Amino acid sequence: MIYITLFLEFFKIGLFSIGGGLVSLPFLYDLVDKYGWITSQDLLDMIAIAESTPGPIGINAATFMGYKTAGILGGAIASLGMAAPSLIIIAIIVHYFMKFNENPLVRAGFDGIRPAVVGLIAAAGFQVAKISLFNFDLYKTTKDFSQLIDLKALVLFAVMLYGINRFKKHPIVYIAIAGFVGIIFKF
Amino acid sequence: MDLYWIFFRMGAFTFGGGYAMLPIMQEEIVNKRQWATDTEIIDYYALGQVVPGIIAINTATLIGHRRRGNWGGLFSTLGMISPSIIIITIIAAFFHRFQEYQVVQQAFGGIRVVVVALIAHAVIKMWKQSVKNKVGFVLFLISFLVIILSNISPIVVIIASALAGLVLLQNKEGVAPK
Repeated sequence: MIYITLFLEFFKIGLFSIGGGLVSLPFLYDLVDKYGWITSQDLLDMIAIAESTPGPIGINAATFMGYKTAGILGGAIASLGMAAPSLIIIAIIVHYFMKFNENPLVRAGFDGIRPAVVGLIAAAGFQVAKISLFNFDLYKTTKDFSQLIDLKALVLFAVMLYGINRFKKHPIVYIAIAGFVGIIFKF
Repeated sequence: MDLYWIFFRMGAFTFGGGYAMLPIMQEEIVNKRQWATDTEIIDYYALGQVVPGIIAINTATLIGHRRRGNWGGLFSTLGMISPSIIIITIIAAFFHRFQEYQVVQQAFGGIRVVVVALIAHAVIKMWKQSVKNKVGFVLFLISFLVIILSNISPIVVIIASALAGLVLLQNKEGVAPK
């Protein structure tokens, strides 16, 4: 039953994404790999939409993926699945509140998790970069190295990364700019 | 029900989740209603970040729970996710039709590139906060390579790295990043 699968898969994501925003990305990518509910391209479009619309990014992404997979109810169920671990865990630890954070075992565990999470996100980023910055599929068929690199995309990537670091505006600003650039330069 | 609508508004007006929510939460919870002090909000927020789950949802649940127990937590969370469900469902429903236009395809061609840049930026920022010693670097590298080169689930990587942290980083508590 697709609804149960959706709920359980997003429950797992909610349970294991620690931190904010893009930490659920590697898990979403894993789902794309495993079930093929959406394509990797859809995943990138989905992130852009999730970052440009109100609400937590993870919930937006869950709704989008759930909807694409199983309609309106699918979207709602995926979001609930993602939020459910928070409800349960908070209800449990609220009794231990402040002490939880200061427990040396807990802190050591999280000190190990944090760098690994950065590695996970970097890996997911690398995998989506293969699609939007390089033409791996084209390269595989033609074996022509000059086909591998999408120069237009790489330049845009470099400029945008610089801009994001330099000006620290909201992601929606860069997404809008990139949309226009895409139209003008025919990406 | 109050809790539901307060967090509904927060969900509806917070772009980008997580960090963007803090100022709005301070305004609604601290200034307008005096349900918590500024320091408490920061503590909730810090806790929301280390506990599994989405920061915004964790913090909402925590505030709701403090206010009205389990039901308060539940309604706060439902309020927080309702706007996303509504807005995204509408967008997703029309998105398919939009995608057929060439202009839209080209726009998303550009947008996909910037999303990779946003991810790269997030990685750089998190790297600075999280990778502070050799053990951290090794954990970063291993989890990166494991995901790229194998089919092992990210969940396994998270659990393994927590164990590695317990074994390798416990004695460094004094200098460990906070």
